[in-house]
Amino acid sequence: MKTVTIPSNSNRLVEKIGQVSRDLTMRCGNFVFDIVSELGDIVIFAGQIFLWIFTARPKKETLLPNFYAVGVLSLPVVALTGTFIGMVLANQSYTQFKNIGLESRLGAVINYSLVRELGPVLAATMLAGRVGSAMAAVLGTMRVTEQIDALISMGANPIHYLVVPRFLACVLLIPALTVMADFMGILGGYFYSVILLGIDHAQYIRNSRDFVGGFDFFAGVFKSIFFGGTIAVVSCYRGFHCQAGAEGVGRAATAAFVLSFVLILVLDLLLNILLDVVYLSIWPGGVKLF
Amino acid sequence: MARGSKTILILAPEFNIELTSNASSLVETREMSLVFGRQTVLNRISLSIPRGQTVAIIGESGCGKTMLLKSLVGLLKPTSGKILFDGVDIHSLNDVDMTRLRRRFGFVFQNAALFDSMTIGQNVAFPMTQHGVPSGKNADTLVLDRLAEVGLPDAVIAKRPAQLSGGMRKRVGLARALILEPDLILYDEPTTGLDPIMSDVINELIMRTRRKYPVTSVMVTHDMHSAKKVADRIIMLYPYSRLAKGESQVLFDGTPDEIDHTQDRRVRQFVRGEAGERLMEMRAARTENAGLGDLDTLKHLDARGEE
Repeated sequence: MKTVTIPSNSNRLVEKIGQVSRDLTMRCGNFVFDIVSELGDIVIFAGQIFLWIFTARPKKETLLPNFYAVGVLSLPVVALTGTFIGMVLANQSYTQFKNIGLESRLGAVINYSLVRELGPVLAATMLAGRVGSAMAAVLGTMRVTEQIDALISMGANPIHYLVVPRFLACVLLIPALTVMADFMGILGGYFYSVILLGIDHAQYIRNSRDFVGGFDFFAGVFKSIFFGGTIAVVSCYRGFHCQAGAEGVGRAATAAFVLSFVLILVLDLLLNILLDVVYLSIWPGGVKLF
Repeated sequence: MARGSKTILILAPEFNIELTSNASSLVETREMSLVFGRQTVLNRISLSIPRGQTVAIIGESGCGKTMLLKSLVGLLKPTSGKILFDGVDIHSLNDVDMTRLRRRFGFVFQNAALFDSMTIGQNVAFPMTQHGVPSGKNADTLVLDRLAEVGLPDAVIAKRPAQLSGGMRKRVGLARALILEPDLILYDEPTTGLDPIMSDVINELIMRTRRKYPVTSVMVTHDMHSAKKVADRIIMLYPYSRLAKGESQVLFDGTPDEIDHTQDRRVRQFVRGEAGERLMEMRAARTENAGLGDLDTLKHLDARGEE
């Protein structure tokens, strides 16, 4: 039998590769462990919020400022972006539809996209950017400056006192913001299509009415409730688990927006699949009945 | 026995829990340890604080003083051991009982921890609104009385915390902690960051509080002047990582007079504010980081006057 001698350089190379692959496996393992552990923490956090919602009524003094910040102060920016999204949709779709002679159907595509997708996602994105980051920053600052410890030491539960009002404000008011985004987007799309591009008013309206049903409107509003809840849970969780210092607060605010946005898109897909299943189980032929 | 300690037997009828301690101690820790990940902050601390006593906990940064203070009121849960308040193991209480018990604590945080979103009046009244005791005119009068006790005018009631100086914020924090006349009041570095005059004002307020109310006080501080002036008893903690095996983390437990005559080198160094061997350790760490290990190099660096 012939014995093969591996040169010492090769031995070192094999050792090095082994070390690198061990490190890589360990890092991947740690990464997965961190993600699973954080998701678990977020679920527990959400569970605590639900527990407090059903066990103690939040005080008016904590609810009203949050409802004002989430609802009233978000309205102008949601309305403005909704209007422009409607106009941009009309602008982008017009040439394509004109090439195939279907420009009169523009109302259908604009309004369907707005009501089913863009309205809720846009309202949620605005909420995550404007309110979610602020929530994470405020709660993070309260954590860093020991205000949350002070609350606990005086017998207040921080989830009940700080998180529940924010959660309720997001969940209860995001449908209104979504309706506003839908409405302003529809107006913007109509203005651009009918007034500026000269599409026939009657055809635009008829096509819109034929293609956009009550279920589409319901689906958009229904999804928005989950988006609102996700934004509140993620942002408050990030604020509560903020690292020390100004950098920690900044990171919490950024992470709150990024994670909320990613989860909004993931939820959007999952909820669309679910709603399609529900729709087809009610109307198997896929015909819109209302 | 330390100065000012009293023996009063008070049971805790409001809690449906068997008392496990001699109730002459208002606060007691039994073999309490606090571990974060792999880092042991507090190791088997056993202390007993009698009613009416004012205790100063001293020790260098990172030795776990604030962690101990927060554990005493249930803000941190010990990894092992027990914390007894009035004979009740506070970590065995449910949320409702714990909330009720917290009415008997007052906590003055290092930077006051006033709520930014509230006025000073709302901040001071917060414990009352939380526990539903006196409301309306009585509450307003009580807030003004407490603010007056800490030397603040009525006009501050409508201001926001950001509009006050550091010393005023600390006094508001003290007024808030006193509003429900707690049995135990905890001060986390009450004089840190204040000028010497304001520091002494705070010391005087702590002493006046003790004279006016039958309160037990625990104060965490670096300030030896404050500790000696205010406390009946001084406890010095030492960082666990620096202890020899089997050594207690409580390096000193005695009266302010005794601490000046202690034989322990580490306590003497802290009391006098001497760096001792720490400078040498810092230099050695720097040399090690630079990849230079021998003493000759260290001497060479010293000779060049590098810091």
